[in-house]
Amino acid sequence: MNWTAVSSIYRFEMARFFRTLAQSFLSPVLSTSLYFVVFGAAIGSRIDQVEGVAYGAFIVPGLIMLSVITQGISNASFGIYFPKFIGTVYELLSAPVNFLEIVLGYVGAAATKAMFIGIVILATAHLFVDLTIQHPLAMLLFLVLTCVSFALLGFIIGIWAKNFEQLQLVPLLIITPLIFLGGSFYSISMLPPVWQTITLFNPVVYLISGFRWSFFGTADVPIGLSLMAIALFTGLCLAVIGWIFRTGWRLRA
Amino acid sequence: MRTILSISDLRKSYASGFEALKGVNLDIEEGEILALLGPNGAGKTTLISTICGITTMTSGAVKVGGHCIEEDFRAARAMIGLVPQEINLEPFETVLNSVRFSRGLFGKPKNDALIEEILKKLSLWDKRTSQIKELSGGMKRRVLIAKALSHEPRVLFLDEPTAGVDVELRKDMWEIVRELRESGVTIILTTHYIEEAEAMADRVGVINGGEILLVEPKADLMARMGKKELHVQLSAPIAAVPEALSAHHLQLGEGGQSLIYTYDVKAERTGITTLLNDVAAAGLVLADVSTRQSSLEDIFVDLVKGEEA
Repeated sequence: MNWTAVSSIYRFEMARFFRTLAQSFLSPVLSTSLYFVVFGAAIGSRIDQVEGVAYGAFIVPGLIMLSVITQGISNASFGIYFPKFIGTVYELLSAPVNFLEIVLGYVGAAATKAMFIGIVILATAHLFVDLTIQHPLAMLLFLVLTCVSFALLGFIIGIWAKNFEQLQLVPLLIITPLIFLGGSFYSISMLPPVWQTITLFNPVVYLISGFRWSFFGTADVPIGLSLMAIALFTGLCLAVIGWIFRTGWRLRA
Repeated sequence: MRTILSISDLRKSYASGFEALKGVNLDIEEGEILALLGPNGAGKTTLISTICGITTMTSGAVKVGGHCIEEDFRAARAMIGLVPQEINLEPFETVLNSVRFSRGLFGKPKNDALIEEILKKLSLWDKRTSQIKELSGGMKRRVLIAKALSHEPRVLFLDEPTAGVDVELRKDMWEIVRELRESGVTIILTTHYIEEAEAMADRVGVINGGEILLVEPKADLMARMGKKELHVQLSAPIAAVPEALSAHHLQLGEGGQSLIYTYDVKAERTGITTLLNDVAAAGLVLADVSTRQSSLEDIFVDLVKGEEA
């Protein structure tokens, strides 16, 4: 393993993040506050508890998931698309590194940024609602796995994308609907039975359910199933990336 | 001298069916400067990209320092530095970080003293904390060179290093290349400028249409193909070459003011004495005599034209 290369890529990518630290910090704080004003105070005051949890607190895990998933994807997809766009990818392709090292560097940095945003949101949420985390270790595990797996997906999107429009397309058309329909702001038990069944095909449901369980001890689907779903998703992304580097798809002419 | 880069029957076809490299064979000796000349689209950049791992080969074999570029890519690529033709740089990063990144990416431990030395040699040290987007085009090109040198390559590819660079900077670059060669680095440069090949190269390769037409020591090439022309300026114009001089196969210069005689530099007898005697005997009065050696450019144009014919 060329660990020097991994850490070089990681630090280079993190430098981009630190250059725009104020933006990176402010935008999640602002958007979280807005969600709390709208969903927590305005709408939430008319909703009782959901599964024994006050609505304001109930949406916190979903809100964090919504942000870390979109951040993980956009950071990683931009991270690898930008060198392709400006041409600096030549250096990556001609360096003595293998795909695992490139992925560790880029995805590691993207996941770190997403983690950071997730923690900022958690801290901001804490200012608005009372929160106790029942299973902090499980919470951390779910957070890390989600950040990593969606950064992997973002990496694939970044390699696939041929222009900036395509870079936005998958997150906008597929990921955002999946997150919103995945129970970010409601329990799927609130849905009619037919929709409950349909929802089970949405992979994001398992993530949000598991993450929420780590906060409140209640879940829509069994916790083991949640872990399996995220492991499967991570494995799938890794397999796709492995194939991309073996064949050079959209990377090497 | 040992062979540091060995290319055998290298082929590259694109999905469109276009054959960019049609079986390239080339051995490069350690420590030499090889200039690869060729018109646009000849396959120069494709050849370099394939050796460096940016494009995949269709068939053939390439070894760098004895390491196969596919099976043993780490060892092979660790020896190679690449200065690409396009100015591809992260615009928001500083010069210093950008160069440090390149060294790290190639797995080399941090060495700020070396980076400082490289940046100073390339007159970039004062700009080390500037963002790359603030630099001029020539400076950006120097950053590309600094990045390639940061990981101490044994083989350096310079893909048209002086394209769009002013004369002064070009001379600076030649100087840097010569210094590198003295430190034992093997250099392969592609260029449009024959002047560049003539000034720097030990050997010259000519590539066209994805094929290497020839690789020869520069001096040999110029001697072998070098024809010399003798221009005899006349004091009064003539309408045609006189009958008496027909044996010399002369050409009449513009306006009938001169006679042009082409001869082989390496021939035992150049025939100049006889010609001048015959010219005098034909009653022509000489105003001036000059000779002109054909340049690499003429040779190159002849070769590429010959290929097309």
